[in-house]
Amino acid sequence: MKMPLSALLGLIFTGTFFLAAIFADFIAPYPLDAALGKVWEPPSATFWLGTDTIGRDILSRLIYGGQITIFVALVSSLLAFGMGSVLGFMAATQGGWIDQSLSRLVDLIMAIPSLIIALVVLSVLPISLTVLIVLMGILDATRVFRLSRAVAMDIAVMDYVEAARLRGERQGWIIFREILPNALSPLVAELGLRFIFAVLFISTLSFLGLGIQPPLADWGGMVKENKDGLIYGKSAALMPALAIAALAISVNLVADWVLSRTTSLKGGRGG
Amino acid sequence: MHPLIRLLIQRVVLGLALLLVVSVVIFLGTEALPGDVASAILGQSATPEALANLRETLGLNEPAIARYFNWLGGVLTGDLGVALTNGQPIAQAIGQRMGNTLFLAGCAAAISVPLAIVLGLIAVRYVGRWPDKLISGVTLATISLPEFVAGYFVIFLLTQVFPLFQPVAMVFPGMTFWAKLNAVALPVIVLVLVVLAHMMRMTRAAILNVMQSAYIETAELKGLSPMAVIWRHALPNAIAPILSVVVINLAYLVVGVVVVEVVFSYNALGQYLIDHVAKRDLPVVQAVGLIFAAVYIGLNILADVLSIIANPRLRHPK
Repeated sequence: MKMPLSALLGLIFTGTFFLAAIFADFIAPYPLDAALGKVWEPPSATFWLGTDTIGRDILSRLIYGGQITIFVALVSSLLAFGMGSVLGFMAATQGGWIDQSLSRLVDLIMAIPSLIIALVVLSVLPISLTVLIVLMGILDATRVFRLSRAVAMDIAVMDYVEAARLRGERQGWIIFREILPNALSPLVAELGLRFIFAVLFISTLSFLGLGIQPPLADWGGMVKENKDGLIYGKSAALMPALAIAALAISVNLVADWVLSRTTSLKGGRGG
Repeated sequence: MHPLIRLLIQRVVLGLALLLVVSVVIFLGTEALPGDVASAILGQSATPEALANLRETLGLNEPAIARYFNWLGGVLTGDLGVALTNGQPIAQAIGQRMGNTLFLAGCAAAISVPLAIVLGLIAVRYVGRWPDKLISGVTLATISLPEFVAGYFVIFLLTQVFPLFQPVAMVFPGMTFWAKLNAVALPVIVLVLVVLAHMMRMTRAAILNVMQSAYIETAELKGLSPMAVIWRHALPNAIAPILSVVVINLAYLVVGVVVVEVVFSYNALGQYLIDHVAKRDLPVVQAVGLIFAAVYIGLNILADVLSIIANPRLRHPK
């Protein structure tokens, strides 16, 4: 199957963002925290994207900021994925009270908006990277749980799972060797969507001043730092905002493509 | 009793029970986390004696369950306690700001709901052709934006590139309705953008789902115009899913409003919540958090109830 242009563009952009994050130390022209220019300089040959509210190079901060944003979002979505899928598969294969109690707990968490839960928790716990990652991981795991439980429910009644049960395989074998490989493709597309959700969530928290704390910089925090310039026509705050939008849209395009591919594959197999 | 009424009562009671459990989670969940209000106020350098004294004054030495029931009793009678940071009654502060939040959210809802349905209908009328693709493309892009990013794009566009509006939304008690409306124009535009995309996409999907029925094909084959098919045959049957989609998406406003208020420094409930999370003023956060959760749950119950009422199969049981 040929790759559509939108998915290709999405893949290129996503790849660029990830590479920039990995090799930030080599490609960033200036250090993260060096105030080298004047306040809110326009883009020039020395500062390609201009300078920020205290004269730091925006391009360098954007590259280092992307590193933190992508790192936090990636770790928390992987955490959400690990927790959500293992618990979801367990609920589907075990049934009974395990399924009941996990499903009701997930219903409860999803009945409250994630942002509100996060705000309540962050008003008690110290705001650190670990707290933010674990919090976002747990909030996001609820959605992964629902999806993987539903997918595993369909797979758990297949003959090959029944066969594995009858020959006396352990629970772990059934989850990781029988169900997981067959549930992987819808879950991979979901991973993309969870990652975007995490990017948007951590950016929003940082913008509200409750996410990544200075001296570390992330894109949401950069919008917050530079937002006051906007009413004087200084576009510094738009750069990190554009970066968030570009990353979210490009991952979305890739996830869309993966999703449409897996569903068409399913259709091809007759179910 | 009519089975419909029984079903409705069941849903509402279930929703209220959920709300009660949520109040337990919001109150006791924060208790279970390490650190308490006293250490939050005094900071890390507090002496053990000072901590013990403050715990005594705040009544933190009572068991958590007893404090929960005290709190719940207060919430039910409209007494939300006092803010730790300034000692003012929370209920009064919320009362002053609630109106502003409702005004903002109400304006956004009044614009986005009809707009989403009309755009959804247009997308279905021209499904697969350029109007549909244009609407889908634009909404896909806005879905990918967090509220605050959409907010600053709109601010930049409408105050700098095309200077039509003021970038800060201020409303005063003495303002006329029109002046208020003018002041909240920008935040309302942002909220509409944020909610519209989901609402329109789900409306489109709901009508498209109905369009696959056999009676739609019959209507098309007997020569009705496409708009007449959608308007007379598809829409009445799609109303139930559309209604619940619309109400569920209005629940997104709960989160959207918090962020948008901060973007525009709009003095209302969301701004109040964020300020007090930063100050670690737990009683305020619990009270406002509970209000937002209650609105969210309430709208979700409403969506359930509306879809039950709008479904003829449930209205006339065999």
